Amino acid sequence: MKKENMIITTHRRIARDVYEMELEGDLVQETAGPGQFLHILPPLSDSMLLRRPISICKTDKKNSRLTIVYRAEGKGTNQLALAPVESRLDVMGPLGNGFPAADVPAGEHVLLTGGGIGVPPLYDTACNLREKGIELTTVLGFSDKGAVFYEEPFRELGDVYVATEDGSYGTAGFVTDAIAGENLFFDRIFACGPVPMLKALETAYPKARGSISLEERMGCGLGVCLACVCHSREDTDGTDYRKICSDGPVFSWGEVLL
Amino acid sequence: MSRMSVSLPGLEMKNPVMPASGCFGFGEEIGALYDLDELGAVALKATTLEPRYGNETPRVAETASGMLNAIGLQNPGLKKVISEKLPPLASRDVPLLANIAGSTMEDYEAVADALSSTGAVGALELNISCPNVKQGGIAFGTDPALAAELTERVKAVSNVPVYVKLSPNTSDITRIAEVVEKAGADGLTLINTLTGMKIDRKTGRPLLANQAGGLSGPAVKPVAIRMVHALRQQTTLPIIGMGGIMEAEDIIEFIMAGADAVAVGTANFTNPFICPELIAELDGILENEQVDHLYDLRAEEAGVR
Repeated sequence: MKKENMIITTHRRIARDVYEMELEGDLVQETAGPGQFLHILPPLSDSMLLRRPISICKTDKKNSRLTIVYRAEGKGTNQLALAPVESRLDVMGPLGNGFPAADVPAGEHVLLTGGGIGVPPLYDTACNLREKGIELTTVLGFSDKGAVFYEEPFRELGDVYVATEDGSYGTAGFVTDAIAGENLFFDRIFACGPVPMLKALETAYPKARGSISLEERMGCGLGVCLACVCHSREDTDGTDYRKICSDGPVFSWGEVLL
Repeated sequence: MSRMSVSLPGLEMKNPVMPASGCFGFGEEIGALYDLDELGAVALKATTLEPRYGNETPRVAETASGMLNAIGLQNPGLKKVISEKLPPLASRDVPLLANIAGSTMEDYEAVADALSSTGAVGALELNISCPNVKQGGIAFGTDPALAAELTERVKAVSNVPVYVKLSPNTSDITRIAEVVEKAGADGLTLINTLTGMKIDRKTGRPLLANQAGGLSGPAVKPVAIRMVHALRQQTTLPIIGMGGIMEAEDIIEFIMAGADAVAVGTANFTNPFICPELIAELDGILENEQVDHLYDLRAEEAGVR
């Protein structure tokens, strides 16, 4: 983990309120697999004290660059959207434990399921799996056509199905509707998205092997402040927990209570 | 004695800076980032008799120049703190201030007795000001009679000096300070967080699962400075001041107001390296201004100690 002023090398809007930013810096060398995150201090503000956890979407160690994709939703991320190319961002990272892409044995077929702003960490995961020759299928869920992003990049790596809640693009409904409707087969599933989506997946496929990545309001991002905890599933007396920032954000299928 | 060193009951500090309780856990995570021996002391996360999960999430919310938290005293409980959390810290060259909390006076006594007997802890910090738990905590910090009785009972069982952490959520902090001093407190730490709330625009309801939370960060610093200043006028007890310290000049402001040492809280979340950075920055200021000791920065009439 490093704390570094990274340089913004590219920054553009790719869907409604969704931005893609490429950053350059030494901490890229410390990334250890897909699904880790950066903790970014909103720029150009004295009044915001908390960093924003944003997952890494793509890593390019050779050029010490990585890409993040984020949604400008609150004050901090809207401020981030204003940051110009060539300016510097106060970044801490890489943090957390990502998807266990390295543990997927050859010959397995992996289903990647992303919802909304949960899609980005799956892209790095997809690249990682493809490099190893793992077959994959991707299902992306969005609210509507204007919110869709990264369909094409994923298509270069395998089959892609898109679901939109309002039916304006792809399958009408949720990712679970697309998976069932297309009768998709998989040996393992990696998912990232809103809790209702993850819950629906774990309920629909209780015996599946795989991992989910969680999002939560964070404080320190290091496991110190205990702002982002969740109950473990085998919690018997109400005190067993996982820290989303440092034990996660990726957890085994069924490990935590959603 | 160096220009930065500070001697408080139970805490021989190389410099006046310690991370505040609840903002540093038990030193495991940040201890991986730098040498904890650089710190003046370490205030540990509140320990209760039994393990506590704390509140549901969301537990934090950002506010202008501050943050609200409602963690709810999550901790592994006395037994695990003694068996797992203290040993790695005990071998270090940095004094520990162990924060203790509970729902009943008997809880506090049991935790105080056990922690102060470990030999690992330099002093106790009596948490009678946590705004985020339903029982105990702040009730002990706002009712003078309860505060005095609890202080007396904890003092009776403790083998190390006892600091009382005061709440700003009271109409008269000087009254609480007065009674806990009479009850035998060895020092005061202040301020704990100010009770606050944020409403979620989308739901129309409080954003934090606990509804209310404790406000910290630079937003509360003027409140903290005023209270440290007020207490310095009435007592010679050592004061550990805290509330919104983000830079070395803030530390100087607390020292000038009458604090003998300071604790850094929320800033650890913005920058986990902040404590050693502040220590270096403060020492640089003393060097530049050719001050023999930190306390010499105080106006003459301010320093009653």
